[in-house]
Amino acid sequence: MKTDYIFKKVNKIKFGVISPKMVKKMASAKIVTPELYDKEGYPVDGGLMDTRLGVIDPGLKCKTCGSKLKECIGHFGYIELARPIIHVEFTKNILYILRSICRECGRIKLEEKEIENKLKKINKIGKVKGEKAKRKRIRELIKKLRKVKKCPHCEAKIEKIKLEKPYTYFEDGKRLNPIEIRTRLEKIPDDDIILFGLNPDVVRPEWMILTLMAIPPVTMRPSITLESGERSEDDLTHKLGDVVRINQRLFENINAGAPEIIIEDLWDLLQYHVTTFFDNQISQLPPARHRSGQPLKTIRERIKSKQGRIRLNLAGKRTNFSSRTVISPDSMIALDEVGVPKVVAMKLTIPVRVNDWNQKYLKKFVERGPKKYPGANYVVRPDGKKKKITDETKEQLLEEFQPGYFVERHLLDGDVAVFNRQPSLHRMSMMCHKIKVLPYKTFRLNPAVCAPYNADFDGDEMNLHIPQSEEAQAEAEILLEVRNQLISPRYGLGIVACNQDAISGNYLLTKELELSREEAVQLLSTIGVENFSDLPKKKKVTGQEVFSQIIPNDFNFFGKTKSGEEVVIKKGLLTKGYMDSANLGSGSGLLIRNLHKKYGATEALNILGLMFRLGIKVLLNYGFTTGLSDTDLSKDKKKKIDDILEQSRKNVSDLITSYKENKLEALPGRTIKQTLELRILETLNKARNDCGRVVSKSLSQKSHTLLMAKSGARGNIINLAQMASCVGQQAMRGNRIQKGYKDRTLSCFAPNDLKSDAHGFIGRGFKQGLKPSEFFFMAMTGRDSLMDTALRTPKSGYLYRRLANALQDIKVEYDGTVRNSSKEIIQFRFGEDGLDVSKTQGGKINIKKIVKSHIK
Amino acid sequence: MKEKFDAKKHVLVPEHIKLTKKQTKKILEEYKITKNELPRISVDDPALKDLKFEINDVVKIIRKSPTAGKSTYYRRVVK
Repeated sequence: MKTDYIFKKVNKIKFGVISPKMVKKMASAKIVTPELYDKEGYPVDGGLMDTRLGVIDPGLKCKTCGSKLKECIGHFGYIELARPIIHVEFTKNILYILRSICRECGRIKLEEKEIENKLKKINKIGKVKGEKAKRKRIRELIKKLRKVKKCPHCEAKIEKIKLEKPYTYFEDGKRLNPIEIRTRLEKIPDDDIILFGLNPDVVRPEWMILTLMAIPPVTMRPSITLESGERSEDDLTHKLGDVVRINQRLFENINAGAPEIIIEDLWDLLQYHVTTFFDNQISQLPPARHRSGQPLKTIRERIKSKQGRIRLNLAGKRTNFSSRTVISPDSMIALDEVGVPKVVAMKLTIPVRVNDWNQKYLKKFVERGPKKYPGANYVVRPDGKKKKITDETKEQLLEEFQPGYFVERHLLDGDVAVFNRQPSLHRMSMMCHKIKVLPYKTFRLNPAVCAPYNADFDGDEMNLHIPQSEEAQAEAEILLEVRNQLISPRYGLGIVACNQDAISGNYLLTKELELSREEAVQLLSTIGVENFSDLPKKKKVTGQEVFSQIIPNDFNFFGKTKSGEEVVIKKGLLTKGYMDSANLGSGSGLLIRNLHKKYGATEALNILGLMFRLGIKVLLNYGFTTGLSDTDLSKDKKKKIDDILEQSRKNVSDLITSYKENKLEALPGRTIKQTLELRILETLNKARNDCGRVVSKSLSQKSHTLLMAKSGARGNIINLAQMASCVGQQAMRGNRIQKGYKDRTLSCFAPNDLKSDAHGFIGRGFKQGLKPSEFFFMAMTGRDSLMDTALRTPKSGYLYRRLANALQDIKVEYDGTVRNSSKEIIQFRFGEDGLDVSKTQGGKINIKKIVKSHIK
Repeated sequence: MKEKFDAKKHVLVPEHIKLTKKQTKKILEEYKITKNELPRISVDDPALKDLKFEINDVVKIIRKSPTAGKSTYYRRVVK
C-alpha cells in the first residue's frame, strides 16, 4: 500500500458568504426540471440527479470529471431563482444592516468624518483586545445607529424597520419585498461595509439574499434502491425537487403575465421551500414532511446535535478490531491477562509480515484457514490487495505465499490487547492485558483488577481493542501495561490490590490457622509456588510461615494493622502481626507499595497474584460461609443491649421533659427545638454505637461475619450490630423523621410525641424483625436514598466530565511548572511541592528512611 | 466611626508583595517567560488595596500550602 500524503499547516481560515458569481463558477450543471429519471430510468439532463453532478451507481462514470464511484467526490449544480429569496440564516444580519443604512442613498447613517473615526477605533480594538471585543463594539454601534432618524448624507427620513419572523420585513407597516431589500443592500459602498465587521471581498450584504442557489452534488444525497427495485430518494433531493418545481411554476407565471397575487403567493411558497431546505426546524414554520408525516432531515439537521455530523461522525468514531462482551471473574489467570473467548479470538486478527524465518510457521496458519483455531482470516498481498481465505482461494494463496506478504492471523495467548470499561474516568480505565484464549463466551479478568476499572460481575460489559501495528503494540505495552498502573497517581498507593476473599483469606491464614506441612505444600503448589525449601521442616507450620513463602527473603517491613497492632516482616518472614485490609487493600496497602518500591512492578505484580490466590485457596480449603447463627447473642449480652437501649430511651425522655419545662439550654446558633433534636440524635447514635461495641465483643470470635468485618474485607461492625441488635436512627437530611400527618409521623403515635420510637428510631435488629412502624420508617429512608443515588450519579458524572474537559490539556512541563496549551503558567511548582504523587507513599516522602539508607 | 473591614487582615488572605523591576526580571528569566504567561490579578483586587500597584506590576504572593508548607506565586496586575 503506497499513500502519498502532502502535509500542510493551516495558517488562516477566512469565512465569507458565497456570491452568485461563485455559485455559477463552481457549478457544473444548471438544473431546470424537477424530474429525476426518464421512462427508462436514466437520470434526466438538467434534472436533480443529473449525471454531471457526480456518480452514485457502481459502474458509471462521472460526466464532469470522468472518474468512477468513490473516486468522484461530486460536483455542484445551480438553479436560477425566478425571484430573490432571503436566506434564513442571515435574517438577523440583514435586519441590522437595513436599520443602520439610509433607504435612499445606501450610506451608513454616520457622518463622513465619524465613519473614518469609528473605523480606526474598531480596527484598533480588534487588534489589541481581539475579535470578541471588536464584535461587541460593532453591536453597540449598530444599536446606536438604529435610533438615527435622518440620513446625514442625503437628509432623507428614515422609517423604523421590523422583522416579522421568520423572514418578512416591514418598514413603517408596509411590507418590504426581497427585491427592494436587495437593491438597498447593493447600494452600500464597500467602505461602509467594513464598519459592520464584514470583509467586502468575501461578504457583500446583498449575497445574503439568494438569486442563484447552489445544488449540492448527488454524492451527498444518494438514493437507495429498495429490495423491490424501487428507488427511494434522499430527503435533500425531495426538498430540492419542491424548490425546482415551484421555481419553474413561478417562471411560467411571470412570463405569462399572471396577476400579481398569484405571483406573490408562489414567491412566498418558494421562500418557504428554500427556507426549509436549509433549516426544517424553524419554530414559526410548519416543518416540511414526507408523505408518511415524518419531518424531512435537511441541511441544518444533518449537522446539528448529538446525532449530527459533528458529534456523531467527527468527534466520535468507531473502531475495527474491537470486541465487547460480558465480563466474569477468574482468579487463576494472571493479573495482567484477559481471558478471551475462542470465538472472539477467531474473529479478531493481528497482521504479521511474512519473512524467511517465519514463512513456514505462518503458512500453517493459512492452511488452517478461518475455521480452525489458530488460523488466519486474510492474506494481504504486497500491493495492498486483501484476500479472504476460503476453501476456494486457499490453494492459490498458499502457492503464491512468500516473504513480503501479510497474514492476518487469529489471536494467540500472549498477544497484547487494550481492555477498557466505561466510564473511562482515569487512565487506569484502559489497560493493556495479555490475551489468554479460553472457552465459553465471556471476557475473564482477575478480580484484583476490578478496582481500577470499577467493574463488578453483575452483568458489566467491557471492550477489548487489538493494536495492529508493531508501534501500537509496543506503545500499549510500555504505557498501558497493568504492572505500570499498579500505583495510583492520585494518592501514591496501590490501586490494584487484594479485595474481599483475598483479604479475609490472608487474614484467616496469618492470624488463626496452623496447617500440617502436607497441607501447606498442597496450598502453595496450587497457587503456583514451586520452591518449598524455605518452609520449616516440622509437622505443623503456622499460617504466618506459609504466607512468608511468597515474600522475598530479603524483605523487611514494619507496619500497622487496621486496629493498630504492629506488623513485622524480617528477612521475608512474617514474625509479628497478621495481614488485613490496611496492608493488602486497594487504596491503603503499604505492604504492596513497599514490595513495588523494592522489587519493581513485575515482581510486585507476581507477588500480588500469589497473595490473591493464596487468600482465595485458603478460604476454599477452610470452608468459608456466613449464616444466621453468626449473629447469635448470649442471654446476658442481650440483656446488656436491652439495658443500653432502655437507658437511651430514658435519656431521651429526660431531654424531652427538660425541654418541656424550658430548662434546655440552646446550643450556639440553634433554637431550643433544634437543640433538642440534636441532643436526641446524639443520644440515639451513641446507643447504636454502644450496641455495636457490645455485639463485636460478644459474638463468637470465630464467626465468619465478624471475621470479614474485622479484616476489612467487607462490611463493618455497624452492619453487624444492625443485624444482631439495633438498626438505629433512620435519618432524612440529617434529621429524625418529621414528615407524615399533622403533628405526628404516623397515626399510631400520639400527636406531638417527641420520643425516639415516634421519629424513626429502630431499637431492634434485622434478625428479630421490625415493628410495622419501624419498617415504614426504614422504607422511607430507603426510598429517599435510592432516589438520591439515582439522581446524583448522572449529575456528578457530568460535573466531573466538565472538570476533566477543562483541565485536559494542562500539563507539567520539564521545568516543573504547570502550564496550559498557550504555555501560560497555572502553577509555579506542580502541587506546590513539585512531588510526583505516584512516586510517593500516600502523597508523602519517607525522609527518615531515605536518610537511613544513605547513612549505611 | 466604625472600624472598616480590611480584607488584607483576614486569615485567608495571603501576603501580597510588590516586586521591584529587578526582581521581576529575575523571576521572568527563571521561568523563561514574558509577563503575558504569568497568572493575572485585577488592580481592583482587595488584597492589593493601598499598595499602589500599577498595571503590569508583578505581585509575589506567599501562601500557606497543605502540601508544601509555604508556597510562592506570582501574578501580573491587570485592569
